[in-house]
Amino acid sequence: MYGIGILKGLMVTAKNLVRKPVTIQYPEERVPQASRFRGQEFVWYVDRCTGCASCAKFCPLGIIRIETDPNGGNEQDGGTYRVDVFDIDQGRCMYCGMCVEACPYDALHMGSNFEAAQYRRQDLVINVEVLKAREKHPSTWYRPQLEREKFDPFEGESKEWQDAGREKPFWHPQRPEMLPDEGDTRPTADGEYK
Amino acid sequence: MSPLKDNSIFSWTYELVADTLGGPEWLAYGLGALAVIMVVVNGFLLIGTIFTWMERKVVGRFQSRVGPNRVGPFGILQAVADAVKLLFQEDIVPRRADRLLFNAAPIVMLAPSLLALAVIPFGAGSYVADLNIGVLYVVAMSGIASLAVLIAGYASGNKLALLGSMRAVAMLLSYEIPLVMALLGITILAGSMSMVDIIAAQSVPFVLVSPLGALIFLIAMSAELNRPPFDVTEAESELVAGYLTEYSGMKFGVFYLAEFSNVVLAGALFAILFLDGWEWAILPSHLWFLIKVFGFLFVASWVRATLPRMRIDQILTFAWKYLFPLSLVNVLALAVETIAWPDPSGLQLWIMVAINWAIAAAAIPLLSLVVHLGEPARAGRRIPLSEEVF
Repeated sequence: MYGIGILKGLMVTAKNLVRKPVTIQYPEERVPQASRFRGQEFVWYVDRCTGCASCAKFCPLGIIRIETDPNGGNEQDGGTYRVDVFDIDQGRCMYCGMCVEACPYDALHMGSNFEAAQYRRQDLVINVEVLKAREKHPSTWYRPQLEREKFDPFEGESKEWQDAGREKPFWHPQRPEMLPDEGDTRPTADGEYK
Repeated sequence: MSPLKDNSIFSWTYELVADTLGGPEWLAYGLGALAVIMVVVNGFLLIGTIFTWMERKVVGRFQSRVGPNRVGPFGILQAVADAVKLLFQEDIVPRRADRLLFNAAPIVMLAPSLLALAVIPFGAGSYVADLNIGVLYVVAMSGIASLAVLIAGYASGNKLALLGSMRAVAMLLSYEIPLVMALLGITILAGSMSMVDIIAAQSVPFVLVSPLGALIFLIAMSAELNRPPFDVTEAESELVAGYLTEYSGMKFGVFYLAEFSNVVLAGALFAILFLDGWEWAILPSHLWFLIKVFGFLFVASWVRATLPRMRIDQILTFAWKYLFPLSLVNVLALAVETIAWPDPSGLQLWIMVAINWAIAAAAIPLLSLVVHLGEPARAGRRIPLSEEVF
């Protein structure tokens, strides 16, 4: 019969009328963000970077440009390369995080910001000075040491490199003496979970 | 003189001009009439403007959104902000447009709804004219709006606009008939076409006496106003914006205002013809009238927020095969009842109410068994290869 469906539909919208609006009014209110959010504003610790350029090699878009200088030191003795150029073109970045996965020294982290819009495309390229000077609010994505301490990148002060923690190298069957940390969720030598 | 003499705004201005200026009588009369027109037209357009805000707000809430809330408290100045924006927008006339008709269309759209105001009683004794053919006059005025739509679509020189206006005219002409039939039922009941007499005749509101008429009026009116679910004329997903496609700036604004003002006018008509106009208890009559009108506007926004758009063939099928017979049934029932009881007493009126509700309850499902709105969609229907056109 005509009309019954219309009445049902009217009731559906009437239920919405008496409900609280689901709108979150963005500039005033914010959606709670996940700490693993892969955002803009890469966090880079210059004191940890050796200039190996693994990030640049693993970047699927090839948007990381890195130039290093031997700096006159001997790498065998612990001397590091000086990073002269470290450009990340955020305008083309897809925030896959492979550079962060590739970093062998946990020097590069994903950021937590998502409001870095610019008027010009070239302004989206961030360079080494910006990366050095920036406040460090690393995302906990691919950083279990930050997750273990329940780090929230959206709160608190800048996280310096001494506090950022460092994940131990992976446990390997040929090195059974390297036991996992307290709270580590990876399997033990027997292949069992703690 | 004219019925204007009973009007308090008129008599106040008339006496003021006559006493202070002491000029000729036609001057005082003209200024008095002008004051009435100013109050009525501006008040009406103000309500129309408030309705543009109210509808956005209400539809927003129906869709679990907030609606406009940036400009002023609760976003109430949104209409002002929109108007300012439209004023500063570039006024584009397409090269292929018929310039004269293109510019005339918004005026032709807005003028009839303002003209129709002449016979609308806004409260006890406050109307511009108590025309003895008031209902017919309003129907004639609302008929002009379809002409404006056709002019706008034709003059735009745009195929989408023309398509939209062709649909509009087909739809408006079809729905005019059930609409007039519903109003005919009211006229039979009241024994008059004058709005004031119709209100006086409603010892029981006509929405109870003629439920079929009220339903047909609501459906046909929302088609006349190009409102969902009958908004095929400006179907955004198909026709860009129909006949409004090429309009920008204040011309678009006038169309927009006219559309919303027409809804307010329809609300006023519904309040007068079916809800006993301004008559009720306690509150002042103008306030009651406004409450009834805004009740109608709320329901209109509710329907807009709920119903999806129908196809043009479904709309025309619905008008001709369903609404038209239904309106005939309505008129027949009311005519027979009026012949039986030419001057119904209280009890007889309530018997009429019972009979008409029974007729409505029987006629709506019975007709819906017979009528189908076009071909039902069949899954997996394929055109045989031999029928394919290469």
